[in-house]
Amino acid sequence: MDEIEREIRGTVRKLFEDNRIGLFIGYIKGSLPLRTTPGFINGLAGIETLVWNSFCRNNLTVYLPRFFAPDPRRKEAKLPSIGVLVKGCDSRSLVNLINENQIPRENLCIIGVNCAGLVDESKIQDSMGEARMNEIIEVDEEKDGIMIIDEEKHRMKFKKEDVLADVCLNCKYPTPVLYDILVGGKASQKHLSVRKDDRVESFEKKNIEERWKYFQEQVSKCIRCYACRQACPNCYCKLCFAEQTKPKWVGTGNDISDIMFYQIGRIFHQAGRCVDCGACVRACPVNIDLRIFTSKLVKDVKELFDYEAGLSLEEVPPLANFKPEDTQGFITEP
Amino acid sequence: MKSRDNWEPKIVAFLCNWCSYAGADLAGVSRIQYPPNIRIIRVPCSGRINPFYIIKTLQNGMDGVLVSGCHPGDCHYISGNLVARRKFALLKNFLVYLGIEPERVQFSWVSAAEGVRFAQIIEKVVDEIYKLGPNEKLLKEI
Repeated sequence: MDEIEREIRGTVRKLFEDNRIGLFIGYIKGSLPLRTTPGFINGLAGIETLVWNSFCRNNLTVYLPRFFAPDPRRKEAKLPSIGVLVKGCDSRSLVNLINENQIPRENLCIIGVNCAGLVDESKIQDSMGEARMNEIIEVDEEKDGIMIIDEEKHRMKFKKEDVLADVCLNCKYPTPVLYDILVGGKASQKHLSVRKDDRVESFEKKNIEERWKYFQEQVSKCIRCYACRQACPNCYCKLCFAEQTKPKWVGTGNDISDIMFYQIGRIFHQAGRCVDCGACVRACPVNIDLRIFTSKLVKDVKELFDYEAGLSLEEVPPLANFKPEDTQGFITEP
Repeated sequence: MKSRDNWEPKIVAFLCNWCSYAGADLAGVSRIQYPPNIRIIRVPCSGRINPFYIIKTLQNGMDGVLVSGCHPGDCHYISGNLVARRKFALLKNFLVYLGIEPERVQFSWVSAAEGVRFAQIIEKVVDEIYKLGPNEKLLKEI
């Protein structure tokens, strides 16, 4: 880990010295253990604060589109050159954003890092047994595990596999699909053993009322903070349907059908675009199981249109495309 | 809870201007009988349908939605219905996955010459929604 951290710092230093970038987006130490925070480094001074560890969960590509949004007040302004650190899943978001013309490829310097999976801090907290309400005050990452010390000076060690985030357990692309510089080396880290995600299949097998009940249970937790939308790199619309007033799609207030409309709408907007990075799930303050719904769309797009989002800069998005032999099974015949 | 006595389904049919709407017109001028439970909304093309229209229709108290366009290959705008077909396939699967009955939201192709087929489809859709009963899942109680 330290090696990669040093490599990242060295690479960023070089980029600044060569004047290739004016801003670098990476991870810096968070204010709490088990967390990192996005860091915006705009000169040589901040480079030593950059970190790389198992807690670099945020998808940093979410910050990119705003730097390239057209600004009518500053028409002649030169677009910035930005360096960004991406993991496998983030790089797919990046490909998506480039494909959707939200960020120009030539203004980016992408540092890819080979990801060995990230830790879900709630899993650590939950597996602390009797001490699970204690505050963790120190964390040390070792070769194969995470060592923590809590407020009562209990030392505990967890195997990394046991506390990996759910999205990482099903990760198919730990190596970035698009990068200018790859740090950490391609083979330096063991590829995660990919577990097949069968939650969607088993959910599909439940009967319709059970499915509806589960959806309702999940959605009724929603407080409409829109954190899932803010965290999602795909949600870059200037005016989101959730806040639109003409037409007013989603009513204000806490009527469950409006919350459902928001959730269905937001999730369905990810059709053919979701890269399963888990940003929405991490952002949700009330732990809605969003992933079971987004992964259905990922699965359907793969099955029906043989498409996976964010893998290549050449592909046409599935919903802007068609084939004469596309599925017809759902059409009502007399 | 709506009671099922005296309940008649209300169904919104989004019909494309070039085929299905003309098909409905043909059914009318040919005096073909079909159930009066549908409310037709004419749209330029089935590709014009935003999935939100469908969800919003259910939320606003309709018991079913039918979207009908030209047969694949016959679209007035060449490929509007083909693009729509992908969108509808995903939408329908997704709504069923969440637990909305598959019969609530239906899609069909009707050409301008198919008045009989139009009437048959309406009969089928109305019949299926009759059996389901009123839409309560996405309904917004006012």
